[in-house]
Amino acid sequence: MSKPLYSIPGATPPAGSAPGPAAAASAAAAVEAARTVNEVLAQSQVEAVMDELDRELIGLAPVKQRIRDVAALLVIDKLRANLGLAADGRSSAPSLHMCFTGNPGTGKTTVALRIAEILHRLGYVRKGHVVSVTRDDLVGQYIGHTAPKTKEVLKKAMGGVLFIDEAYYLYRPENERDYGQEAIEILLQVMENQRDDLVVILAGYKDRMDTFFKSNPGMSSRIAHHIDFPDYTGEELLAIAERMLTAQRYRFGEGAREAFAHYLGRRMQQPHFANARSVRNALDRARLRAASRLFADRDRVLTEADLTTLIPADILASRVFQTE
Amino acid sequence: MMTNPTGRITQGQFSFLPDLSDDEIRLQIEYGLKKGYAWSVEYTDDPHPRNTYWEMFGMPMFDLKDAAGVLMEMNSCRKTFPNHYIRLMAFDSTRGVESIAMSFIVNRPRTEPGFGVVRQEADGRNIRYTVHSYATDRPEGERYAG
Repeated sequence: MSKPLYSIPGATPPAGSAPGPAAAASAAAAVEAARTVNEVLAQSQVEAVMDELDRELIGLAPVKQRIRDVAALLVIDKLRANLGLAADGRSSAPSLHMCFTGNPGTGKTTVALRIAEILHRLGYVRKGHVVSVTRDDLVGQYIGHTAPKTKEVLKKAMGGVLFIDEAYYLYRPENERDYGQEAIEILLQVMENQRDDLVVILAGYKDRMDTFFKSNPGMSSRIAHHIDFPDYTGEELLAIAERMLTAQRYRFGEGAREAFAHYLGRRMQQPHFANARSVRNALDRARLRAASRLFADRDRVLTEADLTTLIPADILASRVFQTE
Repeated sequence: MMTNPTGRITQGQFSFLPDLSDDEIRLQIEYGLKKGYAWSVEYTDDPHPRNTYWEMFGMPMFDLKDAAGVLMEMNSCRKTFPNHYIRLMAFDSTRGVESIAMSFIVNRPRTEPGFGVVRQEADGRNIRYTVHSYATDRPEGERYAG
């Protein structure tokens, strides 16, 4: 983070547009003087984000561990910098580009948002916003269209995190005149030269990303952190379901939790199971059925309990149970 | 030019000051971004004061969060046109304003030959005065080569 050369009268420091800008800005200043890990943690409020990560995201133990490692490295780097031990120039900034691989619905996007927050709190990225793009936003349709398009996205992402979803689509080996390669080259150049301006996170399914990296070794070697998101177990999915329901002010009625566990057991065996996303969809459908059930009985006085409870029948009516 | 002894052209903001350093430019850009302006980069080699519309270097940059993007564009323009005038302009798209809110020069040619007075004899013994940039005696693209 570049320190202002002088203070502009009447202006607030340029840091921090994220939630709590004043707090973040003053924290950033305080971090400069810190000498212990606790001081950095307390002043940058990273601990709070990491706790939130632990509390709100279920499972994903290896992912959380890696994020803790990265955060620890950044904290120690901060302390080293405060004592004047930092390597000189831009080489001191550790490369933080990441690659998230995992099956659909394993929380890649959610974690990316959290990472941006953590990096911002530590002052590693200046603004901490996330720009989420796919192939369409980077690759143009005709010759000469790709470079400006990619650069525009990169410029928007500067000071924050560029999250490229389904990154393997950038490279289309079956079409040798595909413009994706051009986007990749520009991306690589900026990833290398402007490491302190933005962090790039690629996301995609494991097998396809592996092929992508095999054909783009330059990309693979510029990404320091390859994080694999494991699938959720049945229990974790059930916990996720309960958390989603609580957030929507619903709850499982008697026996509904068991019914949902049963549903998950079957659904997980089926193709196109998308972890947390499937859970969300299943719950949405259950809410639909609950609504129709209540709608059918027009004269009944509906209590709060009626309106917030999912009964087993709502879940057992699913298509999953009808296949036998 | 007695009013401008250094011979540097003075257009836009900060033009009587020494050239802004990159860090100072960054602060100006941050200020504009905080106000919600869209920055753009323009260049020219015709410094005439009435030459209002310079050549655009890429599109105006909307929705930026950080100055690094604008600086990247500015530096690539400097690399392409090291001997041109380059300015940054901030467009305020607020309804009712919809015009340039900030504008300052970030790059100048190594030598600026300045302007001469041209006197034209008109009807009767009238004299019409205008200024003429010495640089524009040479064709476009070669004006600041030597």
